[in-house]
Amino acid sequence: MEMLNVKVNGIAVSVPKGATILEAARKAGVEVPTLCYMKQKNEIGACRICVVEATGARGLVTACVYPVTEGMEIQTNTPKVRAARKTTLELILSTHDKNCLSCVRSTNCELQKLCYEYGVDSKAFEGFKPVYELDYSTPHLVRDNNKCILCRRCVAACHEQYVSVIGANNRGIDTCIGQPFDVSLANTPCISCGQCTAVCPTGALVERDDTDKVWAALSDSTKHVVVQTAPSIRATLGECFGMPIGTNVEGKMVAALRRLGFEKIFDTDTAADFTIVEEATELLDRVKNGGTLPMITSCSPGWVKFCELYYPDYIKHMSSCKSPQQMGGALLKTYWAEKMGYDPKDVFVVSIMPCTAKKFEVGREDMSAAGDGIVDVDVALTTRELSRMINRAGIKFCDLPDEDFDPAFGVSTGAAVIFGATGGVMEAALRTANDVLTGKDMKPVEFHEVRGTNGVKEASYNIAGMDIKVAVASGAANAKYIMDKIKSGEADWTFVEIMGCPGGCVNGGGQPIQPQHVRDTVDLKAVRAKALYDQDSAMKLRKSHENPVVKEVYDNYFKGSYGCKKAHHTLHTSYIAREKYTK
Amino acid sequence: MIRSHVLICGGTGCTSSHSHEVINKLAEELKSKGLEDEIKIVQTGCFGLCALGPVMIIYPEGTFYSCVTVDDVPEIVDEHLIKGRIVQRLVYNDTGDKEPLDKSVPVSLSETGFYKKQHRVALRNCGVINPESIDEYIAMDGYFALAKVLKEMTPDDVIKCISDSGLRGRGGGGFPTGRKWSFAKASAGDKKYVVCNADEGDPGAFMDRSVLEGDPHSIIEAMAIAGYAIGADEGFVYVRAEYPIAVKRLSIAIEQAREYGLLGKNIFGSDFSFELHIRLGAGAFVCGEETALMTSIEGNRGEPRPRPPFPAVKGLFGKPTVENNVETFANIPQIILQGPEWFASMGTATSKGTKVFALGGKIKHTGLVEIPMGTTLREIIEDIGGGIPDGKKFKAAQTGGPSGGCIPASLIDTEVDYDNLVAIGCMMGSGGLIVMDEDTCMVDMAKFFLEFTVDESCGKCTPCRIGTRRLLELLNKITDGNGTLEDIDRLEELCNYIRQNSLCGLGQTAPNPVLATLKFFREEYIAHVVDKKCPAGVCKNLLTYVIDQDKCIGCGKCAKNCPADTIFKTDYVAPGHKLASYTIDPAKCVKCGACLSGCKFGAISKQ
Repeated sequence: MEMLNVKVNGIAVSVPKGATILEAARKAGVEVPTLCYMKQKNEIGACRICVVEATGARGLVTACVYPVTEGMEIQTNTPKVRAARKTTLELILSTHDKNCLSCVRSTNCELQKLCYEYGVDSKAFEGFKPVYELDYSTPHLVRDNNKCILCRRCVAACHEQYVSVIGANNRGIDTCIGQPFDVSLANTPCISCGQCTAVCPTGALVERDDTDKVWAALSDSTKHVVVQTAPSIRATLGECFGMPIGTNVEGKMVAALRRLGFEKIFDTDTAADFTIVEEATELLDRVKNGGTLPMITSCSPGWVKFCELYYPDYIKHMSSCKSPQQMGGALLKTYWAEKMGYDPKDVFVVSIMPCTAKKFEVGREDMSAAGDGIVDVDVALTTRELSRMINRAGIKFCDLPDEDFDPAFGVSTGAAVIFGATGGVMEAALRTANDVLTGKDMKPVEFHEVRGTNGVKEASYNIAGMDIKVAVASGAANAKYIMDKIKSGEADWTFVEIMGCPGGCVNGGGQPIQPQHVRDTVDLKAVRAKALYDQDSAMKLRKSHENPVVKEVYDNYFKGSYGCKKAHHTLHTSYIAREKYTK
Repeated sequence: MIRSHVLICGGTGCTSSHSHEVINKLAEELKSKGLEDEIKIVQTGCFGLCALGPVMIIYPEGTFYSCVTVDDVPEIVDEHLIKGRIVQRLVYNDTGDKEPLDKSVPVSLSETGFYKKQHRVALRNCGVINPESIDEYIAMDGYFALAKVLKEMTPDDVIKCISDSGLRGRGGGGFPTGRKWSFAKASAGDKKYVVCNADEGDPGAFMDRSVLEGDPHSIIEAMAIAGYAIGADEGFVYVRAEYPIAVKRLSIAIEQAREYGLLGKNIFGSDFSFELHIRLGAGAFVCGEETALMTSIEGNRGEPRPRPPFPAVKGLFGKPTVENNVETFANIPQIILQGPEWFASMGTATSKGTKVFALGGKIKHTGLVEIPMGTTLREIIEDIGGGIPDGKKFKAAQTGGPSGGCIPASLIDTEVDYDNLVAIGCMMGSGGLIVMDEDTCMVDMAKFFLEFTVDESCGKCTPCRIGTRRLLELLNKITDGNGTLEDIDRLEELCNYIRQNSLCGLGQTAPNPVLATLKFFREEYIAHVVDKKCPAGVCKNLLTYVIDQDKCIGCGKCAKNCPADTIFKTDYVAPGHKLASYTIDPAKCVKCGACLSGCKFGAISKQ
């Protein structure tokens, strides 16, 4: 590879031909501020905050997209550069809703940070400022264009998901991000994945805050308020409290939830083990009885909605199993309520999820195992909302002791833990399928081919004389790849795992916000997933069917085997072919 | 046997002054007199003298009639075409000399003041041929250049020829065309494109429209030549949907060229194939910016993208692309046929050939002119344009539209070429030339152009989206009488910021009208903020309408005309008058000027 030698603020570095000034600066250890830039995803040079001076270039150039040339000398911190950046920030602020004190992104806002660093005068420019109504139309997020800086990172994130329901509308100072023909977001084929909220540098796109509902339930003495946490939360929650990315904080998370006042702290991992045994049973049934193949997982509500919207003729490929969140809620309001002698109406299930689509999922039809219109899950909170509750309650998260989940739904397996990473559900299913089909306790348990952060992974296994071809995809664009293969008849897979977000739940739309320069330089998906795989390998129980809770529930409550009638009633759901644009 | 040709302009200007009705009436008259086989009507493209449309020229005599109406047609037929007597009252023979000539002796078009100093290369066929006839284009050596290129020249020969001619891009930037082509040729790629930028958007500019309306085949021919030179087999013409006549004639021309085998596979039996498509722009000014234009062709919102990579490396659909504007292409066939030396013999040291300008504003002959580079502004305004009407004084000329600057009266002898204009803080632009007289407020003028760019900003980058708006607000503050000297400094700072920080040419050049007027007319800005006066009497908030009570005869017409009921009768009767005079309440006055324009006694003035 041809290398070019350049100097950044006098520091010599050599970078490959085609590298940008920003890449050279990062290599030299010089930080150049960015707002619109997302590596390989949004290289549009729009915000102009990254301007620098460079020899051979006319005037100021944007570091994020300007390629270096041999011998180029770059200056990132001259009076001219600082003045330009300051003016850019002051202009942005002149159309920005400056209610920073109560903004959900305060102290975690990329704009706020830069304004502080550059000492801007927030009233330097006054004048016309468009005023926008907030879009509250969806259950999963709120768009506040008054805080939007038009960096278009959300547009790029949506585009990366092959959904592209948002883009720039109008022009000039009236430019705003919105939906085609100004329909509300709820009337578009948005899959609720929330990737847009994870990349927004400001508070323009935030998850719908449901914490008030939880606070209200917690202070209602007639309710038994229980909480369950998704597999990936333990790998990410620590980031909200300044811990290194990839720190497993399961024990502190449980302790914090207990201090918030939840009656029981349960693990969605337990429900994930139910998902595996039911899903594996359904798969074997489809294989034996000529059902629709490949069967595709249904754990990810973003993916499920994507399939319903974009491939409505193929919803029969999805497993009818509820997601672990919904199975957890269903079991808590049936089996557990009965066991505790509670009226299911009085059980209030909160789940902590990596995902904004889970907020959509809790309101789906056919999600009431207890009947009487009692929803399986009452409120789904994102990791970010939980961190805010912990802060508001005055809990010093980092100082907490490690505590254990409550019994009943506290026991889980390594198979369930890895649900949080792309390929995890597949691996968990393969572990169980292998044992069920061979009748042996297979060792080692790992299926390395389906691990890793690649968008699409394929593998084939011979299990008990049967050739099984599998595929794993994460991110809706890769889901499209899988579905197009199925549509064209090229697919020869038996079983497919699809997650709506790139990298799976560890990179879900409800996970902690990391500033873009971190997202550009750290593979969040891989580092967070590692925490889960490490936990799995350290666990005694690593296969879902080994979970004693599973055995207990099937023996004493469902009174039948996997897939029996009562289990089916409790743990399965149905799908709807949806129209893309509605009024 | 045809004994006479009647050429009538069918360009947009003359069409809007009803040239079509004139053509229809003429056809009807000729038929009724049985002359349809003797006299041929030819609908042409633009002659350039749009202010005097509809225009008509009758050959073989070459009599040029202007402002022809439907009612004039029977007389033209009876007198001129049947009896051979010139209709003197319609003859246009203004040679620019002080003494008007005897109208019974018509002068040839090239001797009129308007045309005398013009030299038509890009417009050579406009107003001469029927643009809807490929045969007429071929009769004017059309497609001979393409044939020559394919039969006798290598792609490198073509690029060398264009480079040697010194042709520079006529769209505004003035980048050497040959060099642009050589970059695209050098770029590796099995697929390349040629794009014609016909998204002409500067207010008042219509050079490209006229070429497309008057000589569409020249663009097709030139694009095919460019395709051969760089190795492209496909081209797009991106033209504004607001140019329906141009779109129609170009579509017809493309169809005809396909029929004649001049587009399509193996042109002239060579290995070279070229296909051409039209894409309509939806009216966004920014789509005239080359990267935004390509983004728009690709089916996306027309927004510019950062350069580098330049289109010659990564352009349309990510492929190497040459993009030139209409006028640039219009020069190509002539350069090929007549040789680069011929082209380079016109113009100045660094700007070769001719340039088309759309003359507008406070000038007698508004219209389209093509002049050799290096012609002075004085020649353009006084000789070709006929000077400023109503005996007013020339104040400045705006070139380059909203991206350009102004040339003050003190620099009227500037030889117009790319570099001279840049040197005085102006730019050639695509060729809009708006003449301003002493009644123009330069702050107001800057505001006019800035309003345009503020409205047309695509909204992608911060400096242009928000910065230009703040700039406009500062100008408004000044013209409203609320400005301070510090605001002028702020204005200048913000201008420089926007220029250096914007993503594309639109934003980078948006402050030019402000910077240029600040440079040459700073005292006018100062008058607005210090004296709170608009010297040209334009900025309403800085004006007061006053009735001279001694001149007012008390007729009361002004009070009747006033839409805001702000004019009242006083008790004062001026000496020599019978009725009491009137006065204006300045607090309520909306400054519409209705009183002033209605007063026959010169009693009202603005101060």
